[in-house]
Amino acid sequence: MTTLDIRDLVVEHRSPGRPVVRAVAGASLTVSPGEVVGLVGESGCGKSTLARAVCGLHPAAEGEITFDGRRVTPLGLRRRALTGIQMVFQDPYASLNPRRRVGDQIADGLRTAKDTTTAPADLLERVGLPREFAGRHPHEFSGGQRQRIAIARALAARPRLLIGDEPISALDASAQAQVARLMRDLAVGSGAGLLFISHDLSVVRLIADRIAVMYLGKIVEVGRTEEVWADPRHPYTRALLAAIPQPDGLGVLPAELPGDVPDPADPPPGCRFHPRCPHVMDVCRVKEPDFGPAACWLHAPE
Amino acid sequence: MLDITDLRVAIGGRDVLGGVHLSLRQGQVHGLAGESGSGKTMTGLAVLGLLPHGARATGTIALEGRDLLGLPQKELNKVRGGEVAMVFQDPATSLHPMLTVGRQLTEHMRHHLKLGRAEARERAVELLGKVRIPGPSEAFGRYPHQFSGGMRQRIAIAIALACEPKVLIADEPTTALDVTVQAGVLRLLRGLCDDLGLAVLLVTHDLGVMSAVADQVSVMKDGLVVETGPRAEVLRAPSHPYTRSLLDSLPDAPAPLAAGLADGAAEDSQEDRRADGESA
Repeated sequence: MTTLDIRDLVVEHRSPGRPVVRAVAGASLTVSPGEVVGLVGESGCGKSTLARAVCGLHPAAEGEITFDGRRVTPLGLRRRALTGIQMVFQDPYASLNPRRRVGDQIADGLRTAKDTTTAPADLLERVGLPREFAGRHPHEFSGGQRQRIAIARALAARPRLLIGDEPISALDASAQAQVARLMRDLAVGSGAGLLFISHDLSVVRLIADRIAVMYLGKIVEVGRTEEVWADPRHPYTRALLAAIPQPDGLGVLPAELPGDVPDPADPPPGCRFHPRCPHVMDVCRVKEPDFGPAACWLHAPE
Repeated sequence: MLDITDLRVAIGGRDVLGGVHLSLRQGQVHGLAGESGSGKTMTGLAVLGLLPHGARATGTIALEGRDLLGLPQKELNKVRGGEVAMVFQDPATSLHPMLTVGRQLTEHMRHHLKLGRAEARERAVELLGKVRIPGPSEAFGRYPHQFSGGMRQRIAIAIALACEPKVLIADEPTTALDVTVQAGVLRLLRGLCDDLGLAVLLVTHDLGVMSAVADQVSVMKDGLVVETGPRAEVLRAPSHPYTRSLLDSLPDAPAPLAAGLADGAAEDSQEDRRADGESA
């Protein structure tokens, strides 16, 4: 049983006078109930676009997204039927309404779930904030506290899938791990799936059951967190992990990945990673590896 | 090179720094670690005289024997950008979006070094090459939005280095960048420090980054330096319990999850208290 099933999703950004950019170019991913999937990759690889497509904020050009057996369609201005997916955005300074009390904003979520028994203060308690904060406004809180409020608001709607789009990157370093753990505990505790998007690999490692690595619109490797960490198979995953500096006190400079991320409007032919790959072979330049769990010709199925 | 002794900073009657001692040496990277609110950034800003309004600083910040804290504004302006330069966390906001990279690179050079337009341009292109921007002479006429985050931070570093500073203060220079890009910027910083004999004060919360580039490491807590020493000593055999707790809280440390959660709860209540204090 999967909550979310993304199949060969393609999302395109069109802007006048510019070539069409395929931000997500054929990505497949599933999230099961009670499972935490971490989606990692460099900025500009299409992680956020994928998340927005799952919520219906971007139309899918090809492929399909099914949530609990129903297709996700683009979100209009009308009242949405799809309240089972909730999102926590990157910047809690922008995602909360500054003019309304936080309790009222959480109550909006409760109303969509037709929940008349829970009080907003109960949710504040669940995210580790005092009950009396419900009467305050967002400006009275620190970044970490605001993000907790945003999480409480998302949980109020009783989602079966919670999406965090870089929910910790706007927070102070000391609050990052706490908020990430909190999201995991609350999502798993309520039986919902969690799709956690971040460029910070160390935090994703801390909370995710499975990791999906994205590069230039494609998911290049998926696997259980421990396995990917212990034995990364795709050269890009290896490069990402090797670039994390270790606090071992030895003064080793992290390995640098040569080259820049190519323009997504004009991706290289064949495997998208081949211009930067240290193990590039002839086949990589002409044929795109379209298999999993590691989309690399080094690990082609027999 | 730069000696900070007993630096105290108070903002609105509250002590932010309570007597900081630090000394930077030529050609060395001095890392400053600690959690948010511990006063790392304030220390960096105090050196440049960029403290927020109403802040009162006492102690001495001696740059080659001259006390920067007592300098009149006019003298300080010669030091800032000239002898001491700074690189900020987010290159998307620290660069001016409406001026070309070239303009931002040459403006202070012409002011501080009294260079002519052509000379400044030549030097700017050379600098862009030094921080490894592809096509430096074309990059000169471009705007910041035409570059990626890593490239922008390289440009910010080039701007900081333009007037041949003796001291570079880098405040979380890689926090806004991806790990792969971070690796490049760290290598660049280390290389520049070795080649140009800069004294670098690297403010970061990331102990991994610290371990990769810093020679000396200082750990701050609540406005005080609790531990200073060579990198290997501080990170491998910390003598202060706070440093040890910082190292233990890293995901790579084999700390049990439950212990981590307990820590989190303790920090939480601290954070709440801070917010309460502010709102009251």
